[in-house]
Amino acid sequence: MSHLLREHAPITAAGWDRIDQEARERLTPALAARKLIDFAGPHGWQHSAMNLGRTQRVTKPPAEGLTAVQRLVLPLAELRAPFAVSRAELADADRGAEDIDFAALDAAARALAVGENTSVFHGWKGAGMTGIAQASTHRAIALGEDCERYPLHVAKAVEALLSAGIDGPYGIALGPVAYTRVLETSEHGGYPLLEHLREIAGGPLVWSPGVDGAVVVSLRGGDFLFDSGEDISIGYLAHDADAVQLYLEESFSFRVVTPEAAVPLSP
Amino acid sequence: MPTEQYHEPPDELPAETRTLARILTSLIEECEAINWYEQRLAVEPDAEAKAIMRNAQQEEVKHFSMDLEFLLRRTPLWREIAQGILFQGGDIVAHGEAAEESAVEGAADRGEPLAGSESLGIGGVRAVAS
Repeated sequence: MSHLLREHAPITAAGWDRIDQEARERLTPALAARKLIDFAGPHGWQHSAMNLGRTQRVTKPPAEGLTAVQRLVLPLAELRAPFAVSRAELADADRGAEDIDFAALDAAARALAVGENTSVFHGWKGAGMTGIAQASTHRAIALGEDCERYPLHVAKAVEALLSAGIDGPYGIALGPVAYTRVLETSEHGGYPLLEHLREIAGGPLVWSPGVDGAVVVSLRGGDFLFDSGEDISIGYLAHDADAVQLYLEESFSFRVVTPEAAVPLSP
Repeated sequence: MPTEQYHEPPDELPAETRTLARILTSLIEECEAINWYEQRLAVEPDAEAKAIMRNAQQEEVKHFSMDLEFLLRRTPLWREIAQGILFQGGDIVAHGEAAEESAVEGAADRGEPLAGSESLGIGGVRAVAS
């Protein structure tokens, strides 16, 4: 049995299938960072740190005549989003009901996705992670509310990346507010703004809950490294007569290798 | 219904696992038959009887190979490991170590779940550039 203790939950195999499937369906569209950066792993629950390949000097070696350094690593952090599922709803799922109430699971999935995206794009100071927008060496371009100017802003960002010698194609992580604006907008002549921005970037526009404004990133690879220990999993906490307490969990770390490979667009 | 091929309650196992269990059991039975014929051939003095048993043993090798191919088609990671070992000269153990390392690391690079993992198996979902 793994640390997730799933076998202890009063949930049938069919019930677990429904829960896992619901979580996958909610998480996959929202995990924006994974669509734009390099994902390594999963390396398992026991994987604890990301190798940085660097050392720091140790001032007092253990004996005379020695020099010493200590390896530097970036420890993985664990994110957990608890939720409850009604046992009556699970019983109905076993009877074949299709409209099962997974509202709490859906909220937990969104919270976890927002947490992961925020860590990657805006950083997670407490866990030692610097976000892509934070690390960028380019000055942020103000996005504003005037959608008609978005192609200009994205073109400026692409030009800044090219000037820094960063190859494309480029992808755009768009926060939900900006994404909705883009979806709703057609330029003069009715051409969808979404398509125009895609053509400028040469890569996808990604709906990115947790992102403030937008970030244009190079998709050439090797610039942004996400290290997954245990990929997102569902574990068991406790249960009573009415509900089963579960949680979504993952362990990961993230670092920016090439700070000049992204340009932030502030809201 | 015989259930010796299962180590867990069959009704809790997914259909794919039950199919793999049936073929794995067949593979074991073919191996046993090959072994039986090999030993009988070693001690049988009658040439005609030996010819029949050799023919039968070849049948079992064919069945064994078909079972193995089925298992490798259904499990890409096993196939990748086997491809690094089967049908090539050189040091078998060295090929085995290299094939396992390459296949497992390759799977990790692709974001595939670890063997035995209970994760949701989402992994990397890198968007394709338009």
